[in-house]
Amino acid sequence: MNLLVKGARVIDPSKKLDKKIDILIENGKIAKLSQNILSKKANVKVIDAKGKVVIPGIIDMHTHLREPGREDEETIATGTRAAAAGGVTSVVCMPNTQPVIDNQAQVELILNKAQKEGLVNVFVVGAITKASKGEELAPIGELQRAGAVAISDDGNPVMNSQIMRRALEYSKMFKLPVISHCEDLDLSKDGVMNEGYNSTILGLRGIPTESEEIMIARDIKLAQMTGGYLHIAHVSSKDSVNLIRKAKKQKIKVSCETCPHYFTLSDDAVVTFDTNTKIKPPLRTKEDIRAIKQGIKDGTIDCIATDHAPHLDMEKNQEYELAPFGIIGLETLVPLIITELVDKKVLSLPEAIKKVTINPARVLNLKKGTLSVGSNADLTIIDLNLEKTISTFMSKSKNSPFIGRKLKGFAILTMVNGKIAMQDGKISK
Amino acid sequence: MRLKRKDLLGLEDLDAKEIELILKTAKPFKELFTRSIKKVPTLRGKTVVNLFYEPSTRTKASFELAEKRLSADVLNISVPTSSVVKGETLIDTGKTIEAMMADFVVIRHSMAGAPHLLAKEIKSSVINAGDGTHEHPTQALLDMFTMKEKKGTLKGLRVILIGDILHSRVARSNIWGLTKMGAKVTVVGPATLIPSKIEKMGVDVSYHLEEVISKADVIYTLRIQKERQKQHLFPSLREYTELYGINTARLKMMKKNVIIMHPGPMNRGIEISSDVADGPHSVITEQITNGIAIRMAILYLLSGGETRELTR
Repeated sequence: MNLLVKGARVIDPSKKLDKKIDILIENGKIAKLSQNILSKKANVKVIDAKGKVVIPGIIDMHTHLREPGREDEETIATGTRAAAAGGVTSVVCMPNTQPVIDNQAQVELILNKAQKEGLVNVFVVGAITKASKGEELAPIGELQRAGAVAISDDGNPVMNSQIMRRALEYSKMFKLPVISHCEDLDLSKDGVMNEGYNSTILGLRGIPTESEEIMIARDIKLAQMTGGYLHIAHVSSKDSVNLIRKAKKQKIKVSCETCPHYFTLSDDAVVTFDTNTKIKPPLRTKEDIRAIKQGIKDGTIDCIATDHAPHLDMEKNQEYELAPFGIIGLETLVPLIITELVDKKVLSLPEAIKKVTINPARVLNLKKGTLSVGSNADLTIIDLNLEKTISTFMSKSKNSPFIGRKLKGFAILTMVNGKIAMQDGKISK
Repeated sequence: MRLKRKDLLGLEDLDAKEIELILKTAKPFKELFTRSIKKVPTLRGKTVVNLFYEPSTRTKASFELAEKRLSADVLNISVPTSSVVKGETLIDTGKTIEAMMADFVVIRHSMAGAPHLLAKEIKSSVINAGDGTHEHPTQALLDMFTMKEKKGTLKGLRVILIGDILHSRVARSNIWGLTKMGAKVTVVGPATLIPSKIEKMGVDVSYHLEEVISKADVIYTLRIQKERQKQHLFPSLREYTELYGINTARLKMMKKNVIIMHPGPMNRGIEISSDVADGPHSVITEQITNGIAIRMAILYLLSGGETRELTR
C-alpha cells in the first residue's frame, strides 16, 4: 500500500528542507515531495499530519539490545518495538552481548533475527577486540563484510594504547569508525557515581571526569597519529567537550555523541540512592550539563544517542553499589530533546533533528537519515505539543530515571521502509 | 516535643532542633544507669530486629543493651547465620522481618544507602547503625552528647577530626551534626584520604596536624584501616603515625582541657598512643556508656515518645 503524509511541516536537515509539504510513499520508498499532492489513486492511504512535524526516521547510534545472552532484559523483538514507540527507525546495536559480537556468525545472527523479528532497522557494531577483552584484534575485515557498520568494545575501554592504535590503523582500510568507550579503568575502579561533593556526602566511591578525559585525549592523539576514524561514545564532561572541540579545530577525524541524560540530569539526582541514576559514565555536575549543551550548540557534539541499556527491576532494585550501570532511553529520546534542547532554545528544531538523523548516518556511512526521493521511507512524525508523564514502556525493562517526569514533544508515528511501525503509541504487529 | 519521622537514616536529614531533642532525651536515660535496676518498661511488647551485615562489637552490643533496657523483644540477625548467604536480597530479608511484625529494624551494612532502600520498602522504623562510608548517625549523636556533657555546649566548639575521612561514616555524620549545632570542624589527614569538595560541607581542611591542634577543644581521631595502604592511599603505617598519630608529645601542644575521642576499635600505637588513650584527657570509655543512652533515646523518640512524659 502507498501512503501520503499530508499537511505536515517537513524538516530534513540533509537537504536543508523546512516547509509545509506532502510526502508520497510508494513501494516502501519516498516517491515524491511536493505541495498539495492529490490522493486520487485508490491505493493510497492518507495520513493527516496537519500541525505535526515530519522528519527523516531517527537513528539511535548507541543501543544495547541484549540479544543474545540477556533476553530476560531485552530482545531484538522488544528493543525494536521500544525504538518504534520512541520514533526511532534505526537502531545501531552494541556488541557487548553474551557472547560478544566479534565474528561473522554473530553479526549474521543479529541481522537474520532482526530481519525476522525486528520492527525497525537494525545495524550491528562489531567488537574491536576478541571477546572485547582488549587483548587481540577481532577480525575487523570479516566483521565489516558480514555487515558491521562500526567497531567498538563499548562497555569497556581498550586500555592498551598499542592495541587501540592498531585498531584505528587497521580499521582505516575499511573506512570503519572506531567507537570508543573512554574510561581509564584504574581511575574509575570501584566507582559508582561522579566524584565530587555528592559522592563525598553519600560515601559512594567516585569516578572522576579525568577517567573519561584522559582516554579521550589519548584516543585523539592516536586518531591524529593513525588517521583512523574515531567516534567518542557518550560524552559526559566539560573537558571532554573541550578536548574534542580542539581536536576538530586541528582537523583530526573525530566525531562524538552525548546522551539525553547528560544534558538533563546532574549527580544531584543520585542523593536518593535511586539506582536508575547509576550510569557509565556517571551523571556529572550542572557545570558539565552547561558545557554539554554548549558542545551540542556549537557542533562539537555531532550526535545524540540513547545508550539504551535495559536492566531488570530485580537487578536495579538493590543496594546502589550492587546495581548494574545503565538506563533505557529509546522511548524518552524525542521528548527529552524537545523539552530540554528545543524548548529551552539550545537548538532550533532542524539543528536538533540533525543530531539524530543525518549526522549519525554520516558517522556510520548509512544510507539513512534523509527524505530524498528514492530513499527507503523511514520517517518519524512528531507532535511538538503532546505532553505526557513518563510511566510505561514498550521495552522489556523499566530502568528509567525519567519515570514520573512530565515531558513535551513525542513521536506519534514511526514509519520504517514505508510501513507504519507505530501510530499514536500503538505498535503494529 | 516529638520526633516526627519514621526512620533515623542520617544526620544530613535532621535539623538542629531534632538533634537537640535527642541529646536532651538521652540525659534521663543515662541517669538510669546509676540505679541498681537499669530497666524501664517503655518498649514493652515492641520488637526490635538488629540486622547486621557487617561485623560489629560495640555498636551491636550497645543497641542490644539499649533495647533490652527499654524492655523490647530483641532479635539479632547477622550475616553468617542468615539466609543472606543463600543469596536473599536486602529487600526480601526486610520484607521477611516486616512480616514478623518488627517495630524497629536496626541495620548495619557495608554499602551506602542500604538503610534508605530498606526504609522505602518496609513499614517498620529503620535505624541506620552504619552504612558503608556514608553515615553512622547514632555514633555521631553519642559523640555530640559526650562533647556537650564535657564542654557544656556545642556552639563555637572547635573539633578536629583526624585520619581517614574518605572512608569514614563517623566523620560524615559528625560533620553534619556538629556544623548544624554551631561547632567549628576541621578535618585533618593525608590528601589522599580527604574526599573531594568536603569544604562544601562547612569544614576546614588541613594536612598538617601540628598546625591546628593547639586551638582544638576536641580531638577526634579515627581508626585507620591497614588495608588502605595497599590501595596506595598512604605509603606506610609508620609514616601515618609520624604525621597524624596522637601521642604525649602532641598532647602537650594542645589546650589544657582538651578531650580526646575515638569511635573504636583503636589501633593502639598507630592513630593513638596507649598513654593518651588511657590518659586523663581521654573520654573514649564514656563514649561507650553514652552510646547506650543515646540509642535508648532514639528508640524511645521514634516509637512516638515525648520528652515531657519522660521527665515528669
